[in-house]
Amino acid sequence: MQKIPKLLQVVLIVVGVYFGFVLLFDFILGQVIPSSLLNMYMFFIVAGVLAVYTATEDGTRELVAPIKSLVEDPSKKKTRNIVFAVTPVAVALFVYLQLVPSLEAPLELRSIHPAPPSTVKIYGKRFDLRTLVNPYRKLEEEDPEEFRAMVEAGASIYIQNCHFCHGDKLDGQGPYAAGLNPVPLNFQDVGTIAQLQESFLFWRIATGGPGLPDEAAPWISSMPVWQEFLTEEEIWQVILYLYDYTGRRPRSWEE
Amino acid sequence: MISTSIKQLLIVMLVVFLLAVLPFSVAEAAEGVQVTVPELSSSDYPVIAGVNSRVAVWLAAQLHLWFAAFVLAVPIFVFIIESIGVWTRDQRYDEMAFEFIKVSITAYSLTAILGGLLAFSLFIFYPQLMTYLTGVFSESMFYYALLFFAESVTLYVYYYGWHWLQGGDKKWIHLTLGLLLNAVGTLLMLLANAWLTFMMSPNGVDTAGTFTGDTWGAIHNFLWNPINLHRVVANVAFGGSVVGAYAAFKFLSASGEDERAHYDWMGYNANFIAITALLPLPFAGYYLTAEIYEYSQQMGITLMGGVFAWLFIIQAVLIGTLFIAANYYLWCGMGRSEGAHRYYPYIKYIAFVIVASFLVWFTPHTLVLTNEELKALGGPYHKYLGPLGIMPAKNTAVNLMILFTAVSFLIYRRSNKLPTVSWVQTGNALQIALFVAGIANILILGIYYGYFTNTVYKVAASIPQVLTTLVVIVISTVIDSFLYKGAEEVAPLRWGRVPDRSQYALFLLAVAFTWLMGLMGYIRSGIRQHWHVTDVFRDNSVDAFTPTLGYAANVVSIGVVIFMAMVVFVFWISQVSSKKSYPEGYWKTA
Repeated sequence: MQKIPKLLQVVLIVVGVYFGFVLLFDFILGQVIPSSLLNMYMFFIVAGVLAVYTATEDGTRELVAPIKSLVEDPSKKKTRNIVFAVTPVAVALFVYLQLVPSLEAPLELRSIHPAPPSTVKIYGKRFDLRTLVNPYRKLEEEDPEEFRAMVEAGASIYIQNCHFCHGDKLDGQGPYAAGLNPVPLNFQDVGTIAQLQESFLFWRIATGGPGLPDEAAPWISSMPVWQEFLTEEEIWQVILYLYDYTGRRPRSWEE
Repeated sequence: MISTSIKQLLIVMLVVFLLAVLPFSVAEAAEGVQVTVPELSSSDYPVIAGVNSRVAVWLAAQLHLWFAAFVLAVPIFVFIIESIGVWTRDQRYDEMAFEFIKVSITAYSLTAILGGLLAFSLFIFYPQLMTYLTGVFSESMFYYALLFFAESVTLYVYYYGWHWLQGGDKKWIHLTLGLLLNAVGTLLMLLANAWLTFMMSPNGVDTAGTFTGDTWGAIHNFLWNPINLHRVVANVAFGGSVVGAYAAFKFLSASGEDERAHYDWMGYNANFIAITALLPLPFAGYYLTAEIYEYSQQMGITLMGGVFAWLFIIQAVLIGTLFIAANYYLWCGMGRSEGAHRYYPYIKYIAFVIVASFLVWFTPHTLVLTNEELKALGGPYHKYLGPLGIMPAKNTAVNLMILFTAVSFLIYRRSNKLPTVSWVQTGNALQIALFVAGIANILILGIYYGYFTNTVYKVAASIPQVLTTLVVIVISTVIDSFLYKGAEEVAPLRWGRVPDRSQYALFLLAVAFTWLMGLMGYIRSGIRQHWHVTDVFRDNSVDAFTPTLGYAANVVSIGVVIFMAMVVFVFWISQVSSKKSYPEGYWKTA
């Protein structure tokens, strides 16, 4: 069997990986791979493949041989002229398609991690978020029965107020979720409440969308200001429930 | 008998040493000083000739820092290389060390000029802030200036006395000078680090910012040591990459085979220094970031999850570029050996792991989605890519990248050798077992502890991951050195037989390091946001806002271009200094 030329090998690998990603994410896993990320992936995959193929002198010579012969071999004049004419046109077309204005809204570099202020005014009181802890967390060890009662109270508050958006499974798939953009937070995700301290949740729940910091605005959040509807105790109970139901632990610095 | 010139030198060294220890009396001297924070309005910030004061200070500080990092780093590895020369009695090391320090001499004066520019810019554009900072750090700032005498004297004697202080006791005196030079240089850096970390995590002041008189407290603030550690390691990596670029520059412009061989060898060593320092750098960075989080959750989230998060994606891309470029340089370098063909087949596997880890390393937590993708996903969360955006995935990826870079080093070392010991197979099996166990441990720690336990374990798991990587590298290197003890050479190594493109990998390393430092430096400073000194001294200038990411990246990139132009000047001038012309008929003949 004839060996595949190295240049063709490179092309096949790169194209294969590209469609491999599309096949894997878009069809097998059912979660599309964002084009911005795929472009970044492909850039470095091309760099990696070229690094391997040009690591040795022989490899490099073999890789560029078809290009060299296309440019230098007099017998390939016709092909050369076609390639030299088509390539700039293809590049120009690509650039044009990238830059032509469309009706599509521009991409959004939305940051989903608001940084908490050091202190915050809630219920007319000033809370220091650096030292604030859930006052009922200690019951988990001191009085497990009372703790369960707190969690259950949190569950009913959640179902009455929060599940419409965040879902009865806390997965961000509540009945209203489809009408919101961005969608409500999925607490089951390892990258959400499991990464945060309870004081952070307290601040986010109590002050809602309007309480988000000025930096990296606009936040586009439809989270209500819950301090206007729930008591301080109720917010802490809901927080207990969020962690309890998802099986996550709040972030802490030490144990 | 000690000669008169040596005696004179010893006196100079004693004076320098006394100058170097003076700053330690700072804490005592500052008792009773009262410095308060002024409330400023935008009119308190002078506007001069329409210059944007923020950009002026930003560029002056960044350029000064790049050169300072370089001139502080070079003596560190020059001292090590000189010591290796003394140990092995191989003069090539001594010559290389001298050539490295020669490059840094021109850079040294540029550092001082840019330092002056920075100081003047700060006093001109931010006089009130500087009044406050000099009030807090007055003595240490004065001694900082004095230490420059110590630094200059030691550096000049070390450099100009290089060929004079050769052999026997003289060499030991020269080495001691090198050590002293490093001690003074490090002290200088520690003092400057204290000022900037004080602005991030002030200490020695009350809640209103009034200085309590505790200068040592102000110096030894919360983020001082994490920055100190990170900067020392990063400076060495950066310095190594810049001298690597110098060697590449000389290699590409070399006229003869000998010259090519010399600069190839020099480039290899510079790359070795840069990569050796790069390997622990992610851990030093992780430690610094963890400390920033611990100091202020707000700062930590702003840094990595909030407004600056996208710059961290660029950082990840640049770090990955460093790893790919460094590995590529090693793979190309295997061409120096006749026995390398035995190891070429492994390159593709190493490349696969490094690129795959790299993809995980820079996958953002928050994806940039088109509206169509947003609709298709049903929201901004990606079930499979989202989990790659958080730290356990990043830590696992970077540990694997480091481990496989170490594998590249091992096969590079082996490519020209034939082991002669009887236990070759056992040794190889041991090394394979070690790597497999290490990789398994890193994966378990990253996946199980990273995703299925609470955050305390998740954060804590990064430490055994790092230790696993370090242990595997150290033990496998030890096994390898025994395995190849007394090994035969396949053929003499052909220094200079590397393709030119490998030299461009060295340039890429230097540019990527420079850009990386600029971006990360901006972030470090930017997380103070609208504060001159976090939470105590508010910035009320017209520039008291965080610029857009694109604007910041442009300023940093312009800085990189200016720095690179200056570096090319330094390279050129060091080349010119060794050239001699003999114009016929110009001089009177005797």
